[in-house]
Amino acid sequence: MEPFKRLRGVVAPLEALNVDTDQIIPKQFLKRIERTGYEDFLFFDWRYLDDGKTPNPAFEMNATRYRGASILLAKDNFGCGSSREHAPWALHDYGIRAVLAPSFADIFYNNCFNNGMLPIRLPSATIDRLFKDVRAQDGYELTISLIDQQIVAPDGSVFSFEIDPFLKERLLQGWDQIGLTLRHEDKIAEYEQRQR
Amino acid sequence: MTKATPKNIYQKIWNAHLVHEDPGQDAILYVDRHFVHEVTSPQAFEGLRLSGRKVRRPELTFATMDHNIPTTDRSGAIDDPLSAQQVETLAANCREFGIRCFDMHDRRSGIVHIIGPELGITQPGQTIVCGDSHTSTHGAFGALAFGIGTSEVEHVLATETLLQRASKTMEIRVTGKLALGVTAKDVILAIIGKIGTAGGTGFVIEYTGDVIRALSMEGRMTVCNMSIEAGARAGLISPDATTVNYLEGREFVPTDRPHAEIGAVWTRWGSDSGCTYDRTLVLRGEEIEPQVTWGTSPGMVTTIRGRTPVLAEIEDANERLAAKHALAYMGLDEGVPMTDVPVNRIFIGSCTNARIEDLRDAAKVAHGYRVHTGIDEAIVVPGSQQVKAQAEREGLDRVFRDAGFEWRESGCSMCLAMNADKLRPGDRCAATSNRNFEGRQGKGGRTHLVSPAMAVAAAVRGRFTDIREWSFK
Repeated sequence: MEPFKRLRGVVAPLEALNVDTDQIIPKQFLKRIERTGYEDFLFFDWRYLDDGKTPNPAFEMNATRYRGASILLAKDNFGCGSSREHAPWALHDYGIRAVLAPSFADIFYNNCFNNGMLPIRLPSATIDRLFKDVRAQDGYELTISLIDQQIVAPDGSVFSFEIDPFLKERLLQGWDQIGLTLRHEDKIAEYEQRQR
Repeated sequence: MTKATPKNIYQKIWNAHLVHEDPGQDAILYVDRHFVHEVTSPQAFEGLRLSGRKVRRPELTFATMDHNIPTTDRSGAIDDPLSAQQVETLAANCREFGIRCFDMHDRRSGIVHIIGPELGITQPGQTIVCGDSHTSTHGAFGALAFGIGTSEVEHVLATETLLQRASKTMEIRVTGKLALGVTAKDVILAIIGKIGTAGGTGFVIEYTGDVIRALSMEGRMTVCNMSIEAGARAGLISPDATTVNYLEGREFVPTDRPHAEIGAVWTRWGSDSGCTYDRTLVLRGEEIEPQVTWGTSPGMVTTIRGRTPVLAEIEDANERLAAKHALAYMGLDEGVPMTDVPVNRIFIGSCTNARIEDLRDAAKVAHGYRVHTGIDEAIVVPGSQQVKAQAEREGLDRVFRDAGFEWRESGCSMCLAMNADKLRPGDRCAATSNRNFEGRQGKGGRTHLVSPAMAVAAAVRGRFTDIREWSFK
């Protein structure tokens, strides 16, 4: 997995509560057996008009100024609903590497770390302010340093964030979970022996 | 010697499955049962192949196809080439890695969360995972069961373990008794309405209290199933005589000892009296009314006597915006009585409400009635082929057909509409499933979540109806 250390990128706003994984990627795109190639399906029902091709001008992320965004600004309970890892895959394939929200649904949050993506919880007031700032300034970019657990805004304001130290280390090193666990293969075998 | 500290069921299962834990790191937790379906597994098997790994415990892994399969005639091939490919890929992966698979022609097949319990694969005290958020269903048996992503599916296949951090625990106690016509579905919708769709985030919920104790295993599964809709990692119920009796004689339940002996071991997993939780919430069973959702999130729910919200009365700006958006999507005005809302589609099915008891409840309401002329389609999709066979033995299929419902083969069907069963834009559906998200049952479709009895009542009247006033024939 690609390590995540530092990210500077355009921020795209998505103003909706409880964005569920059915919105992030609708079910008709879960039929593929590949792990990549989901970028065009992200937010499909919101992003395109009914023909499924024409970008929906009312969908804020479609604006030219948010093109190439690598940071998604979202609201409470982002990623709720189904466990589909296609949700972080689609975000990742679109170019998103970090999601900022007041809160995340549990399974989505875990799935991000298995794809080298950083979900960051920030206080609601900070998120609300970022929504204002992003919209006020064309080409608004944030710089995220995972090592320092800090986000730096263009005006120099700094927002600190919390993250579990183990999850942080996993992202920084780009560790493969299976590899990590198999270092303790003897413990698994011992456990199985005890159960016999 | 001092007495051991009383533990809740989550703590007991967690401790018993701990393989290894380094300070400050995720614990390695052993997995007893791994269910696999066709949608979230192909990339995991591919990962194993790419890294040259095997499935560590194929005998603890059980596969079935449920999300993509047709619920109409299955004698031919699946029409949709992508669905067919996904189903075939799972079959091939199971052959390659030596995993037992109940394919759609197996009489034991069905929705993964229905067949696990039905076959007795699910048992108290186990850790159970599946690449599907409604894995929480199995918690009804006093198992720690939760949904995982595809990377984690690969991890479990390769190691039979999962990296986990302990959750907080929440007790949700439902006291007293339920009124006539109020079901397990109404209990869980009322709970979600109270704590919100993120109210359980970071928690494992144990459901306790007289109302929960009085529920059948089918009802308990309905409650635990929708724990995820409250945001919880898992939901479970301490095993008791109801649990033990349900499992007796099922295919995968051990028979090397008397069942009572096995049952005695199982019930010891239950929470100790005097154990504690990080949070406790109490609901009075008597106060729970039949529920119906009005919006696009399961927390957007009211009682059948309720109305859609009035925006000016919602204080929180984010909530108000969400409600406004939801009402627009749902094509509903503010302050409309739910009993005035007409429907044109009916879906009775899903891992939430497609077990035999659900179908019995629904058939009782349907008996002697006809589906309203305003209904374009009303389908009953049994949760498994065994449920279907049982319902047919009891003549329930006849009751539904006589009333004008279609009687289908089992599968996930229109709960998530990955197969051909879906809503058209603008359709309004009374559904017994678990999610009313935008587009969940088909792009532009509008979903209202209700109990099986309420879905039938809506089918007959053509609009939502208070089941407590039903005249049963």
